[in-house]
Amino acid sequence: MLDSTPREIIARTGAVINPAKTCQPIGAMYAALGIHRCLPHSHGSQGCCAYHRSHLTRHFREPVMASTSSFTEGASVFGGSANLKTAIKNVFTLYNPDVIAVHTTCLSETIGDDIPSIIKSAAIPPGKMVIHANTPSYQGSHVTGFSNMTKGMVNYLAEASLENKREQVNILPGFLNPGDMREIKRLTALMGVPFIMFPDTSGSLDSPMSGQFNMFPKGGARVEAIRDSGNSSLTLALGEYAASDPAYQLERKCLVPAVVLRTPIGIQATDALIMALRQHFVAEVPDEIEEERGQLVDIMTDLHYHFHGKKVAIFGDPDIVASLTEMVLSLGMKPVHLLTGTPNTSLGGAQGNFEATVTAMLEDAGLAGRVKAGGDLFELHQWIKNEPVDLLIGNTYGKYIARAEDIPLVRVGFPILDRGVHSYLPVVGYRGALRLMEMIDNALQDRVDRDARDEDLELIM
Amino acid sequence: MLNHNTLDEILNKYPAKEKRNRKKHILIKNITQENQEIEANTRTIPGIISSRGCAFAGCKGVVLGPLKDVVNIVHGPIGCGYYAWLTRRNKGVSKAPMKNFLPYCVSTDMQESDIVFGGEKKLARTIDEVVQIFQPQAITISATCPVGLIGDDIQAVARSAREKYGINVTAYSCEGYKGVSQSAGHHIANNGLTEHVIGAGDMEEAPQKYTVNILGEYNIGGDGWVIKKMLEELGYHIQAVMTGDGSFEELSNAHVAELNLVQCHRSINYIASMLEVKYGTPWLKINFIGIRSTVEALRSLALYFGERELIERTEDYITRELARIEPQLLPYRRICAGKTAFCYVGGSRGHHYQGLYEELGIETILAGYVFAHRDDYEGRQVIPNIKSDSDSKNIPDLHVAPDENRFRLKLSPERAAELKDKIALSTYAGMIQDMKDGSVIVDDLNHFETEELIRILKPDIFSSGIKDKYVVQKMGIPSKQLHNYDYSGPYAGFEGALNFARDVAMSFASPTWNYIEPPWAHRPLLEGTLVKGDMENA
Repeated sequence: MLDSTPREIIARTGAVINPAKTCQPIGAMYAALGIHRCLPHSHGSQGCCAYHRSHLTRHFREPVMASTSSFTEGASVFGGSANLKTAIKNVFTLYNPDVIAVHTTCLSETIGDDIPSIIKSAAIPPGKMVIHANTPSYQGSHVTGFSNMTKGMVNYLAEASLENKREQVNILPGFLNPGDMREIKRLTALMGVPFIMFPDTSGSLDSPMSGQFNMFPKGGARVEAIRDSGNSSLTLALGEYAASDPAYQLERKCLVPAVVLRTPIGIQATDALIMALRQHFVAEVPDEIEEERGQLVDIMTDLHYHFHGKKVAIFGDPDIVASLTEMVLSLGMKPVHLLTGTPNTSLGGAQGNFEATVTAMLEDAGLAGRVKAGGDLFELHQWIKNEPVDLLIGNTYGKYIARAEDIPLVRVGFPILDRGVHSYLPVVGYRGALRLMEMIDNALQDRVDRDARDEDLELIM
Repeated sequence: MLNHNTLDEILNKYPAKEKRNRKKHILIKNITQENQEIEANTRTIPGIISSRGCAFAGCKGVVLGPLKDVVNIVHGPIGCGYYAWLTRRNKGVSKAPMKNFLPYCVSTDMQESDIVFGGEKKLARTIDEVVQIFQPQAITISATCPVGLIGDDIQAVARSAREKYGINVTAYSCEGYKGVSQSAGHHIANNGLTEHVIGAGDMEEAPQKYTVNILGEYNIGGDGWVIKKMLEELGYHIQAVMTGDGSFEELSNAHVAELNLVQCHRSINYIASMLEVKYGTPWLKINFIGIRSTVEALRSLALYFGERELIERTEDYITRELARIEPQLLPYRRICAGKTAFCYVGGSRGHHYQGLYEELGIETILAGYVFAHRDDYEGRQVIPNIKSDSDSKNIPDLHVAPDENRFRLKLSPERAAELKDKIALSTYAGMIQDMKDGSVIVDDLNHFETEELIRILKPDIFSSGIKDKYVVQKMGIPSKQLHNYDYSGPYAGFEGALNFARDVAMSFASPTWNYIEPPWAHRPLLEGTLVKGDMENA
């Protein structure tokens, strides 16, 4: 497996080999599915839309509906305005969504289609809306695209219609699974704080089997709710890459103060979320949450000897990798290779500093490790060849490295294409941390069992 | 059954212009009518949710991607390379010293500055790095949308890399906007492979008797391996498979074969035709999906070579295999009998799987292709009548001439004429002729029509791809992916038919469908018994 990957690392300035990111439009498509009764629309060649729908479908095992402008060579030369207008007409006639969320592609960005003016001249039925985000594939990553479409929601929908802000929080969850979004909503509700979450793919990409297909399932953030987000007294952006930019845009547009937190994976990041809600809204932490937290700490201390000192490599989206790093550090593990494919900083959205953030975590723990943004899995594999690890955490693409180096893999992040259920159950919050601990523990202990000689196989571990 | 009135009711929901368009892509088979025409390979309507992909997907994803000892470089932003990486189940295994690059995705990951200032330099650097790290014998470069728009000359970059490294470097201008679907990309890949790869090797003679190539077989789930094993057992030598588990090394010598077998007509018929002109090698349309089709393929192949011993060996083999397979199929047939299917796949499988379904007792009541042309529906005789339009004109036809040194007529004209009456020599009769009266044929079946036609025709199983799969399953109807076999297979040959039968029967027999309705759905919340006297008091 991956036999042509040498141990010796040469500096590359051309090839990306085995990417740890994909392009903006898929993130925009996913975000748009987090608006209730919204049809994402890809303004480009139909191949983009086909690839994104296929990929999202494989991760969520759910219908992923989206339309495309189906550019031909002619449209690429003369501009895609006619295609987009035809598409808008056909989509409203046939599928009747409330909102069409248009995102661009490298094709329509390169030829410079002006989406707002095309939308203005399109026939949009009364009561319906078309929103858009620019998502050139040659900037940032799929995380940037998610952020940009969320920002598009702010641009088109959010309004500060009241004189005084309401006691409610906007939660921008970042590029997470529906199961995670549900969990964040549950915790916020337990805190007794009214909230608006957008995008919100719970109920949209984890819809139940009913014997009927609904093109627009029950879930998704309501347009009225997103509109009302301009009246909230606080925005919590969970993840600097996936959520901070739209949160700051909302701050600029509607004067809603924005606080950027880490994705609430692990005890510290979850504590930070709960504390932000508690302090801002003067809301007591209920017993139920305190109990969940206490259970988590109980297990952390009970099992610390399973984790302590184990070397781990983590890759994936920057917000997720940062929080996972913090989490494994809280367990006494040693994260030695930390990599995201998303560039550290990029034009056109997603503001963050993955390398500085993660390096600081390692320094605080008195550790040193390799940290890279804009990296690829070929390089991560080479790092592992040079400094082996006990565990790899990342998406499904990690299974090839895991097999080549015979190390256990814990699947976290996007995409997970070879296992099911993951999108329904959270990795966020105290419960999510408990689940992650179980996943990591199983992987590590299964390996100990597998490798043990007969006389060393332990009944109790 | 679908009648024209019901069909009209569906179509009436389209805006007028779209209705006129879609009407030509839908056909109800009528056996009393000869030469029923269908429109195909025309533009997808913007906003109408279709399953089609792009030229890049057809070129890099389908035809070039499976070549295992070739490094396929994708020149463009990261997405296109990423999505075409390991997503198609084209299996391949290399014996040392041959390398296997299938698990690698190489992209130039174009950034904004490359779009503004041009990406040729970055592409050249990428080739340098690929050569340094992987030392391949061959590299392909596939273009994505922005490449053509900004005017990167990938052909020139490939040329200078060929000179610099002395290896086979080819470039494919398969920008996603070309043509109207994946099909354009197949054509572009076919042109490049014919011009620069096939014949690049130095073999002059077939290494042994009965040497054939298998074209349009991508080894999804190991189909190609089943076919290869079967043919080798019968004494054939497989020179090259295009392109599943294929290699540059074998492909470069594909010109020596005595015959080209064509599995997927749509994606590879250009190579088949060009090799006939260039090297005098006829092609034979076969189908290794389904028991009868496999039998027919093996018989046609034996007949082509015509030696009695081979024909007898083939018959023995068929008898043996049928005796082995048939009893094992029975339990699955019992589950499947009387069921109906939609079969909407790609550019060949929409046809290929109908026979196998029938062998299980399942009737295909609707079939179609995502990106086929009229000849795949109506047969190759319509090719001269197909009007070219601005989209198809954008894909250059490669005009080949007989190779001065290597052209060799493999069949005498008399023998060819004699064979043409018996086997599908250099021809394909298409899907429609195999379909039953009253069945429905839909080209580029879209989401809206899928929902409507399922509502009316109520199939028991729907076979297509991943984008429809869960849409249909939400309706409580099992969906069998025929692009990737739901990660199962192989489905080719006799062995594959068994696997398919097992998988399809499983999708009907699975107990999981029994729980869709909760137990409280049809039971009142409050239940009581009528006690005497209640009526009087009420």
